[in-house]
Formats: sequence, C-alpha cells, structure tokens
Amino acid sequence: MSAADIDLLHRVTAFIYREAKLQDEHQYDDWEALWTDDGVYWIPANGDDIDPEKEMSIIFDNRSRIALRIRQFHTGKRHAQSPRSRLRRVVSNIEIAESSETGIRAFSNALIFESTVRADTVWSTRNEYFLRPEGETFRMARKNVFLTNNDRALFTLSFLV
Amino acid sequence: MSITTEPNKLDLSHLVQGNRVHGSVYTDEALFQLELERIWYRGWVYVGHESEVPNKNDFVMKSIGPQPVIMTRDNGGEIRLLQNRCPHRGNQVCLKEKGNTRAFTCPYHSWTFSNTGDLIGFAFPDGYRDNPDADKKRLGLGVLPRVESYQGFVFGSFAAEGISLAEHLGGAAETLDRLVQTSPDGKIELTAGYLKHRARTNWKFILENECDGYHPAFVHSSIFSVADSAIGTYYGDQSTALTRDYGGGHTEVDLRPEFRKADIPLRWFGTTAERLPAYVEAMNTAYGKEKARQIMIDGTPHVMIFPNLFIAEIQVFVIQPISVNETIQHATAIQFKGAPDLNRRMRQQTMGSVGPAGLLLADDTEMYERNQRGAESLTPAWLFLGRGEQRERRDENGYMVGHSTDEVPSRGIWRHYTQVMEAQS
Repeated sequence: MSAADIDLLHRVTAFIYREAKLQDEHQYDDWEALWTDDGVYWIPANGDDIDPEKEMSIIFDNRSRIALRIRQFHTGKRHAQSPRSRLRRVVSNIEIAESSETGIRAFSNALIFESTVRADTVWSTRNEYFLRPEGETFRMARKNVFLTNNDRALFTLSFLV
Repeated sequence: MSITTEPNKLDLSHLVQGNRVHGSVYTDEALFQLELERIWYRGWVYVGHESEVPNKNDFVMKSIGPQPVIMTRDNGGEIRLLQNRCPHRGNQVCLKEKGNTRAFTCPYHSWTFSNTGDLIGFAFPDGYRDNPDADKKRLGLGVLPRVESYQGFVFGSFAAEGISLAEHLGGAAETLDRLVQTSPDGKIELTAGYLKHRARTNWKFILENECDGYHPAFVHSSIFSVADSAIGTYYGDQSTALTRDYGGGHTEVDLRPEFRKADIPLRWFGTTAERLPAYVEAMNTAYGKEKARQIMIDGTPHVMIFPNLFIAEIQVFVIQPISVNETIQHATAIQFKGAPDLNRRMRQQTMGSVGPAGLLLADDTEMYERNQRGAESLTPAWLFLGRGEQRERRDENGYMVGHSTDEVPSRGIWRHYTQVMEAQS
C-alpha cells in the first residue's frame, strides 16, 4: 500500500467512524450534513440485489426524503424514537474498492446494539459508500445498507442505520 | 373423556361486552390457540394474489397464521394451496420463496410431489412394493380443501365445508370492485415484493387499528406536520368521512365524502390529473369521461377484510399472527394494471410510509407494542370501545356507520369475533 493509499484509507475510516458516532448519538442535523445534495440512502429488503425502482425496499430515500425523515425526528413526535433507542455500533472491515478524483467506493461492516423498551436487538450490516471528496473529508452521495437478515421479518428500525 | 355434553361450547360473554373487551383477549395463550382453530384454520383467510403466480407452474411461499402455505398455479392453470410438509417424515419439500416448478422433491428421502400436491414417486420403490399402506393416493402433501378468488385475491380455508367466499365477503366485496376499477384494465397486481414487519403484539390490536380513524391525528401528527399532507384533515373532528361495519368482521373508513366535497380527480392520492396525463387518458378511454372522473374522485378503499387482508388505499397489508404476542405485517404497494406512471408513485409512497422504517408504520407498530404491554397490566381490566356509540346510524344499505373517528369498526369486529369463536363448527 502506498503512502497515498494509506492516507486515503485513514481519511475514509475517519469519515465512517464519525458517521457511526453521529448515528449512535442521534445527531440528526450533523448526520444530514454529511450528504451531498443528490444523496440516495438505500436499505434493500428480500436480498441485496433487488431493483429498488421496481421492488419494495426498507428505505429508498432521495435527498428530499432524507430531509423529511430528519424533520420528522425533530417534531419530537416520532413515537418509534420517543424515547430514543440507546445505540452503540462497532464498525470494521473498512476497505476501499475504487477511488478516483471524483469519487470513492468503500465498504464497511457494522454490528449495532439497540436497546429499547421492547428488547435489546443486534443488527448486522454490510455498508457500501459512494463518497465525494470535499477538502480533506467527504460527503455521501450514496449509502447502501445491506442488513444480514433483510429477507426476514424485522422489528421496527426507526433509528439511523 | 369429556365430562360435559358440549365440550366445544365457548362463552365469551365475560370477555367481550358490547362496548368493552377484557384485556386478556389480547394476552391469553389458550384463547389464541382457540382463535387459530376457529378463525384461522376454519374460516376464509386471505393467502395471496393471482398476480403472484402469473404463469403455469409458478409458486410462492405464503402463510395462514403460523402455518406456511405454498400457493401454486398448477399445469392446468388452477391455483392450489399446499402445505410444506412431506407426509413421510415431516421434512420441508420447498425451500425457496418463489419460483417455477412442476414438482417438489423432498430433500430428505427424495419423495416427489406434483404442484397439485399428489405424490408422483418414491425413491427406491422396491421398499414399498406390495405394501398396501404405501398407497400413493393417500400420501400426498396437505392440500387446503377450499380455494376461492375474488378480483384476483386468493382465499383459502382448512375446512372442507363452510360458507362460500361470497358469503364471507358479503357487502365488503364491493370495496374490492372499487379497488380494481382504479386500474384502466380493471385489474391490480401485487408484484413489488413485501416488506415484513415484526411486532411484539397480539394480531387483534393491528386488526382494530386498521380502520381506527381516531389515532392518525395523534400517532401520525409528526409526519402530517412536516410532509404537507392533507390526510390529517380526513381524520379530524370536522371530517365528513365515515367508519363502516359491513358485518362479517369487515370494516372500512370511507373517505369518499371528503373527496366528493373537494370534487377534484386524484385528490385522494394527493396529486392532480395534470401530473398523470397518461393515466387519466387511459381511464377516460376505459370507462368514458364521466365515469372515469367519478372513479378518480372517489379513489381506492380503506378496508379491513377479516381476519387478515387490509387494503389501505395504495397498499395491501397481510396480518400474520405468529403467537399470542407476536405478529408479522406483510406490506406491498398496489400496482394498477395499465398505469405505469401511477404505479411508480405507489411504490415510492409505500416505501416511505410502511415497513420497519416507515414514516407511518414504525409509529403505528410502536403503538401496537405499547398496547400489548398495557394489556398485560392488571388494571383497569377492561378496554373501552364506546366512542360514537350514541351517534352511530344505518346507511342506505343498512350497514352501521359513524364519524371517521368513531369506534364503529372495533365494535363490529368484536361482534363478529364473538360469533365465530362461540360457533361450534
């Protein structure tokens, strides 16, 4: 690995760690600010290779729906997050699949521990990022979250994953 | 040996009393087992839609309550409902969610069954030769004895005899007619796949909530306030919309009075004719301008077909009880045949609203789980369902109706529930 590769991996890792922390701590506005103006947030259901234009996804938000989701949290009446889930996630296996001047495609794995009144739940995900460089850091143009159990019936998933 | 002459006689009068139900109806394990026997494994239950098995030999995995059911379209084009249990050693003959096959082969000992459920052949058949009990005709898959469809919706019953599907649907059948006529081809399809949402709750809290017009103003105020949605006003104090009890446990929130007051085509879907020109033209061609206009003003129904098929204007939900306190909701966008521009919006809105992360359903489901925890508390022992009792009335067809926020649907559901649960066969 070249010094430039190591530097890039370091910066991408820092970005992904920061995103994880914002999600765990319900820092909705700071998390929303990570997105590009044309960002797409996708969580497929029933497998990882469905066509979200034709089949149901758990989330398939364009940028304006991401904003709507955040505004709903801010009403204080998003009952599924009132009280908020207690969250901690461990992120690992970060790898850069492609990189160019205009964008980076990176992967990570995450294990998320969610504690709610219903129960404690462990979520497992493979995350795919399309990042656009912005100075020393990045913005998310797309985040795909592949839940390991997305073919099963899932409990409510109302926190930011 | 039974000590009473009427071993099956069940009296629910100590649990269900007109405008109140005892909390234990949501928590009693023994009662849940009786519900399986008398509602889910006896009456008509919605299983799937014909469009999910469009071709000969297609199959799709479905359920009736906790029971897995394979819905197949056999080689002759007929729809069959099979159980996924090999009659040899109980193994599963089908491990895929959907596909196309003429035959299912059990992976354990390779017994092979046609998609009508008949046993085609044994592996190593010498071991069964001259054994009179190894009769292929008696060793098929479990087959649901009754299968009937209405407007493409396939219902099944585990009971060999009983009322027809038409009798079961009664006046609520008209709501399905209303649904399909929103398609220029007069047909809907359920081809967009399902979101499966699990909840720690009794299935009846979901059943009752589907046509509860009292909760949206509060449970969904967060999304109504930020999404610039008119839906909230239909469920407000001043709404002219109606709740309706069709009998048979089928209930509706009829929003047509509000849409007719506005008199604007496609208002029901929160859009305008200008935005969907291809759809409007197809509707005009199919029905003539006048009728098409009325259909596009009235919109699709909001109806709960007892016990498990909920049509919520643009989505279909299927309620699947797993245990007394666990239920899965299966949800998909309705697709109207011949209306691709409408369908795209149907899918987008559905994905935003429903499923585990849905802007609406995550909050509904939160409420279901809180209801269940509440019902497990000891006091007050009864839940009150009297809202609007003093102002309910019969409509021109003789069905009980009330204000959109009144509990006409819940009372209707419990009347029917008592009837089918107390019935001995």
